Amino acid sequence: MSFLFAAYTIIWIFFFAYLLSIARRQKKIQDDLAEIQEWMDRQKK
Amino acid sequence: MNRNWLALSTFVAMMVSIYLIFMYAPTEATMGDVQRIFYIHVSLAWTSFLAIFIVFIYSIRFLASRDRQLDIKAFCAAEVGAVFSTTVLISGPIWAKPVWGIWWTWDARLTSAFLLWLIYMGYLVLRRLIESPEQRARLSAVFGILGAVDAPIVYMSNRWWRTQHPAPVMGGGESSGLDPQMRLTLYVTFAACVLLFFYLWKLRCELERTQEVVESLQRAPQFKEVS
Repeated sequence: MSFLFAAYTIIWIFFFAYLLSIARRQKKIQDDLAEIQEWMDRQKK
Repeated sequence: MNRNWLALSTFVAMMVSIYLIFMYAPTEATMGDVQRIFYIHVSLAWTSFLAIFIVFIYSIRFLASRDRQLDIKAFCAAEVGAVFSTTVLISGPIWAKPVWGIWWTWDARLTSAFLLWLIYMGYLVLRRLIESPEQRARLSAVFGILGAVDAPIVYMSNRWWRTQHPAPVMGGGESSGLDPQMRLTLYVTFAACVLLFFYLWKLRCELERTQEVVESLQRAPQFKEVS
């Protein structure tokens, strides 16, 4: 039973970790976009 | 399909598959409860084959058209496929240990599955090593096409050679077959894994496209001068 529990737990942790890594990359891109937006606003002024 | 609908369908399919695996499917007579790893292990393996097939198709299409979007789709399928392939290599030994008494053996099935994982890793490393986007896309497309050859070998390995890995329970001749409840559980779990793959692939492609746009904006000389 412990092997069964271990298998499913590790698989789900692995997929959540991957989802988390995508979310982190998305956050980085949003920060970069905000920086570009800020730069464009400064240029307009 | 809309990304939110895909996420919802994946979640529902996953919940149904968990119910079927733990509540509906009968306990296998010889192995007992640990056999329930079979449903997720086989579904993850089939989905990793699907992923390399998608890499193969989009790599061919990229080489024929040189459309950058096709390269992005192939790359993202390879990255998500690598995640599935890794979970196959994790769940397999956890199932093998209580059943065979060993975590791993270098038989034809396990070795070819390990090779498929190395192909995925090689593809991802190759993309990090090459600077030029055109060269990177071209070489990884060739690598993706050649690498996909391993998937049918993995699938057929326990039909072609005597292996420690069990003989196929589906499509393996007259002696193979599954209890109808087990078969339904396997199909639903596979469908859930396929939905999860498409959800992650879509998410990853969107991210990659946005990243390309941001990087091209950051490379613009006007932006570099000021920032």
